[in-house]
Amino acid sequence: MNIVVCLKQIPDLQQIRIKDRRPLLEGAPLIFGDMDKSALEEAVRIKEKAKGTKVTALAMGGAKLKDGIKEALAIGADEAVLLMDPPFAGSDTMGTARALAKAIEKLGEHDLILCGEGSTDNYSGQVGPRLAELLDLPQITYVRELEIEGNKLKAVRNMEESFEVVETELPALVTVADEINQPRLASLRDILKAARKPVQEWTAADLGLSEDEVGAKGSAIETVSNLAPEQERKQVVFKGDLDEVTENLINALTKEGVLGR
Amino acid sequence: MAEILVFSEKDDLAFELVSKGRELGAALNVGVAAALLGEGAGARSDEYFAYGADRVYVAHHPALAHFHAEAFAEALYQIAQKNDAQVLLLASTKRGKELSPRVAQKLGAGCVTDATAVEVQDGNLLVSRYALGGNTVASEFIKTPHKVIAVMPKTFELGAKEARQGEVVTVDLDLKEPRTRIVERREKAGEAVNLEEAEVLVCIGRGLEKKQDLGIIEELARALGAEIGCTKTLCSDYQWLSEDRLVGLSGKKTSPGLVISVGISGQIQYTVGIRGARIAVAINKDGQAPIFALSDYGIVGDLYQVVPKLVEALRAA
Ligand SMILES: Cc1cc2nc3c(=O)[nH]c(=O)nc-3n(C[C@H](O)[C@H](O)[C@H](O)COP(=O)(O)OP(=O)(O)OC[C@H]3O[C@@H](n4cnc5c(N)ncnc54)[C@H](O)[C@@H]3O)c2cc1C
Repeated sequence: MNIVVCLKQIPDLQQIRIKDRRPLLEGAPLIFGDMDKSALEEAVRIKEKAKGTKVTALAMGGAKLKDGIKEALAIGADEAVLLMDPPFAGSDTMGTARALAKAIEKLGEHDLILCGEGSTDNYSGQVGPRLAELLDLPQITYVRELEIEGNKLKAVRNMEESFEVVETELPALVTVADEINQPRLASLRDILKAARKPVQEWTAADLGLSEDEVGAKGSAIETVSNLAPEQERKQVVFKGDLDEVTENLINALTKEGVLGR
Repeated sequence: MAEILVFSEKDDLAFELVSKGRELGAALNVGVAAALLGEGAGARSDEYFAYGADRVYVAHHPALAHFHAEAFAEALYQIAQKNDAQVLLLASTKRGKELSPRVAQKLGAGCVTDATAVEVQDGNLLVSRYALGGNTVASEFIKTPHKVIAVMPKTFELGAKEARQGEVVTVDLDLKEPRTRIVERREKAGEAVNLEEAEVLVCIGRGLEKKQDLGIIEELARALGAEIGCTKTLCSDYQWLSEDRLVGLSGKKTSPGLVISVGISGQIQYTVGIRGARIAVAINKDGQAPIFALSDYGIVGDLYQVVPKLVEALRAA
C-alpha cells in the first residue's frame, strides 16, 4: 500500500510577535502543523500493521523544508518529496492543491492520501478537499479513528452533533483531527538514520506546471490586509494570600459592574 | 443571469445567508437563490422566500439522500453552472467547510472558509477571516470569476421575514452514487447551550485534572450565573464536555460582559474566542502563562484552592 502524507511548514504561532498590529514572522521557527503531524503518525501506524506499506511525505515550501523534513523521515516516512521552487512561493490553497496533485500523480500509484483537517496557522481546511477533487477521490474529513483492512477503509468522523462512521474503498483521501493520535517524538537515532532516506526535490517545471498556475501569480486570493485586532487588557495580576486575592478580584469585578446581576 | 447561490444543510443557517445575500445582491445588482438538496428538501421553500430568496432550486436524488461532500459538491456545481451563479455563500459548519473547497475546485474558484465578515467594496466582495491561528484578521478579495465563501454560523443577523413569493425550480441532476457510505451515527450527548449569548462565562481548561472535578467549576458558574465553556482538549480529546461548549478558533466566539478562564494557558486559538469579552479574568498556577497578558485581572494560584475560595466569597458577598 502506498500512502502519501501532505505536510505544511508553518511559523510557530506561540512565537509570533505583534508590532503595530503587524505579525512579525521572521523570528518564528518553522514547524509542521499539529494535525499534519497526526496525519503522518497515523500513516506510520498503518505501516507498522500492514507489511509492505510505503509512506511518502510530501511538502511544499521554502528552503527550510530541507531540514524540517528530517523530522518526518525520522518519525517513519520512507521517503520525501519536496516542492521547493521560487514559482511556488505565495501559493494559495488552489495553487497548493494543484501542485500537490501533480506530485502525487507523478509518484504513481497511491492508495491513501492523508492530510491534517486544516493547517494549524490558517485552518482553512481547503487543501484536502481540493486535492480529493483533483485526484477524483472520495474524501473523508475530520477523522478521529481510522481502520484499514485490505482495500476497505473505515473511519469515525467527529461532526458537530455526532460521531459518524463512514466506509469506503481505497483509494481515498482522509483528513485527520488532532485527537486521532499522539504523534511520537523522533529519537536521535531515528533522526540520524533518517539522513539516509531518499529525498527528492521537484520544481514546477518537473510537474508540468507553468508559473501562472501556482505561486502568487496563480493565486485566486488577494490579501488586502492581515492585522492583529486592537485590544488592550488591563493585565492586573493578584498573587499571595488566598483570602486577599479573591477579595481583590471581587472588588475589582464589582467596580467594573460585571458582578451581581 | 448572474446570481448569488446560498446553501447550507441547516436551513436556519441558510436563512442567515439568504438575508445577507439579499443585501449583497442589491449592491451587486444580482438576485439571490438557494439550493435545497436531498431528503425533505423544499419543505421550507416559503421561508427561503420570506427571508429574501428570489428562487430556490430543489433537487431530489438518491445520491443526495445523506450528506456526502462528493455528491453535494457536484450537485451545487451543476446548479451553479446551469444558472450562472457567480457567488456561492455557504455556512462554515464542518460539512459546509469540507464542501466549499470541493465545489470551488470544480468551478476553478477561489474560496474563503470560516469567513467572519463579507462586504461589497469596489464592486467585489471583501471577505474577512482569522489568520495565523487567530493572531490576525485577514481581509481578502477572491479574484476568480466564481467565488465560494463559507461563512461562520451566526455571523449575519437573520433578516425580518416578509410575505414574498418566489420561484421553485425543480432541477434534474446527473449524479453518481457517492463512494463513501455512512454505516453508523452516534449522537453526542449534547445539552443545548448558547455561549454566544452568555453574559458571564466560566471557561475551564486542562488545569482540571479529572472529569469529577467539574463540580467545582459548576459551583463557580452557579455563583456567578454563568455558562460553562472549555478548551479544545476537554471536549475533543477527553469528551468531558460537549463540543457546543468549545470556545475559540474552532468553537464559539463569545462576547460576554465577564469571562473567567480557569486552568487555561491562553494559546491564541483559545483567546480568539474571548476577544469580544468586556472583562477577562484568568486563574492559573503558572504566573508566566500567556493568558495573564490577555486578561484584565488575574489570580496566580492553584484552581483547586482559588475556585472554592472564590465561590465562598461570592456567596458571602
Ligand atoms: C487549528 C487549531 C484550532 C484550535 N482551536 C481551538 C479552539 O477553538 N479552542 C481551544 O480552546 N483550543 C483550540 N486549539 C487548541 C489550542 O492550541 C490549545 O491546545 C488549547 O487551547 C490549550 O488548552 P488549555 O489551555 O486548556 O491547555 P494547556 O495549554 O495545557 O494549559 C493548561 C493550563 O492550566 C494551568 N494549570 C494546570 N494545573 C492547574 C491548576 N491546578 N490550577 C491552575 N492552573 C493550572 C497550566 O499552568 C496551563 O497554563 C486549536 C488548535 C489548532 C491547531
